Amino acid sequence: MEKFFQYVISGLSTGSVYALVALGIVIIYRSTRILNFAHGDMATAGTFFAFTLLGMNIVPALSFPLALLFGAALAMLFYFFILIPAQRRSVTGLGQIILTVGLSLILQGAIAYLCGTDTKSLDFPLSDSKLWNFRGVVISELNLGTLVISLVAAILLYLLVQKTRLGLAMRATSENLPAAQTLGIPTRMVLSLSWGLAAAFSVLAGLFLAPALLLDPFFMLEPFLKGFAAAVLGGLQSLPGAIVGALILGVAESLAGGYITIAFKNTLAFLIIIVVLLFRPEGLLGKEFKERV
Amino acid sequence: MDLVESYKEELRLVRKPWTGAGIGAVVIALALLPLLKTDYLLYMGTVVFIYAIGVIGQNILIGYTGQISFGQAGFLAIGAYTFGHAYAHGFGIAVGILAAGMMAGVFGLIVGFPSLRLKGPYLAIATMGFGVAIYQILLNTDAISGGRMGFTVEKFPALFGLSQTTTFYYFTYLLAIFFTIISYNTISSYVGRAFIAIRDNDISAEAMGVNLARYKLLSFSLSSFYLGVQGALFAMLVGFLEPNSFTFMESINIFVAVIIGGLASIGGAIMGAVFIIVVPQLVGGMKELVPVIFGVTVLVILIFEPQGIAGRWLKIRLFFRNWPFR
Repeated sequence: MEKFFQYVISGLSTGSVYALVALGIVIIYRSTRILNFAHGDMATAGTFFAFTLLGMNIVPALSFPLALLFGAALAMLFYFFILIPAQRRSVTGLGQIILTVGLSLILQGAIAYLCGTDTKSLDFPLSDSKLWNFRGVVISELNLGTLVISLVAAILLYLLVQKTRLGLAMRATSENLPAAQTLGIPTRMVLSLSWGLAAAFSVLAGLFLAPALLLDPFFMLEPFLKGFAAAVLGGLQSLPGAIVGALILGVAESLAGGYITIAFKNTLAFLIIIVVLLFRPEGLLGKEFKERV
Repeated sequence: MDLVESYKEELRLVRKPWTGAGIGAVVIALALLPLLKTDYLLYMGTVVFIYAIGVIGQNILIGYTGQISFGQAGFLAIGAYTFGHAYAHGFGIAVGILAAGMMAGVFGLIVGFPSLRLKGPYLAIATMGFGVAIYQILLNTDAISGGRMGFTVEKFPALFGLSQTTTFYYFTYLLAIFFTIISYNTISSYVGRAFIAIRDNDISAEAMGVNLARYKLLSFSLSSFYLGVQGALFAMLVGFLEPNSFTFMESINIFVAVIIGGLASIGGAIMGAVFIIVVPQLVGGMKELVPVIFGVTVLVILIFEPQGIAGRWLKIRLFFRNWPFR
């Protein structure tokens, strides 16, 4: 039984990182109907930025927030200078998704060119090897920190979306863009902030994954795909869904890895995606959608 | 776009005599390429032919049928490993290639089933999941992938007194021409029109009597067949298979070729294949910058020229048709 709790705890910790990634994906999908394929690469860019700052002996307390801002700025620049011109030229929805694929290629290449493809390790303030023991269930300082930070981030996001004027504007914009525009909401500003917010979330995930995964230009690909899977599982339109989906995915993976086989741990996410998409395409907490002619 | 005056003209492969002469010149020039005796050029040509087959197939799926897919690497892997095992068990090359295509086609059918219910971004995720799952299964199944040692495939034999490189060049050359002609014919037949109708509006296509399930699945399995053949040829080209040849990046490469070449254009698919093979060679030492070039090209193409290289080429031709009288 202790083993079971152990798996659940480590699954929850992994799941909370997936939740950060999934939240970003859902924020962008909800507001602009774009599936952001560059999400992982934005996180990588931010994490490498933090790595560079730490290399210049800047304390983590300063360099980590700066990295979040850097990721956000990157996403907002993409929104203003690529996405808006594309929308003016009426690029289709699918075309806009392909634009993010293009951005992902650019970021990947640029990071590999500037920082090299060798693996690096990030000096993280929380340690992976310092363990705490709760009645036989062991949790590392890093995992505990990840859980706490994800929880705080999720609560802050909830407060932002539900309790502030900006959140109201975000909800209105994602509900009905033309109507929000008519009512005088600066939709472009709101949407660019959504992109920035989503990117900041992904950088946060990247920072907490880097100490465990080691840093290289492709280290976010797998977590990004998992975040994707989690977002689909919970429903691409639903913010709570992203968190629920991510936690379920994390625990399921950890249990499957512990009790069945470690080899197919990563394939599970994609099995889940395909099964969910086949039987409940709107996800666990999403609203059912119907198409009108 | 060209003006087509009758159905008979629509069905013709080449409409203007000068276009025919141009295409003929390119085909003959490619056939004479081995006379230059530069193995490097021959190798590049072979790679382009191999990729062209898969990219044409993907253009049928993405460009003509409008179904997005990010699972190309999975089909390539299925084709390559099917061929490798069939060949190793003593089946001939022709049987091996056919088996590779068929196997990929069957998997294409399976992956196509979600497409009956999913659209756009959701389909992109489902196919991407398939591609990554195949890669991970390969990583963990030593019986198929040969484990850490990799999997060696015998290269294409030298025939008719030609060198191995030249024989394989001609073999892929003929296959590429074969698949190009087949694709042109498919697109101008009722099957192709059904594909295009589904892309433009699937609900009205169904109302017009197009069997959606049938043609979507057909498009998926047809395009996967092409990829399977590409995988088989790739296996013979490199002679050594490892799962890392079939990562998500490989899917993106082929996808980029389709976009850059031009959606819904078979000539464009070939140009796209040339682009993704030749550009990395031109960059030379700075391999890291290749994705940057691809990415920037994709952005530029989508914003300024959604029809890709093929669209630009068509515009240039139309401009010069009556030049200097406009």
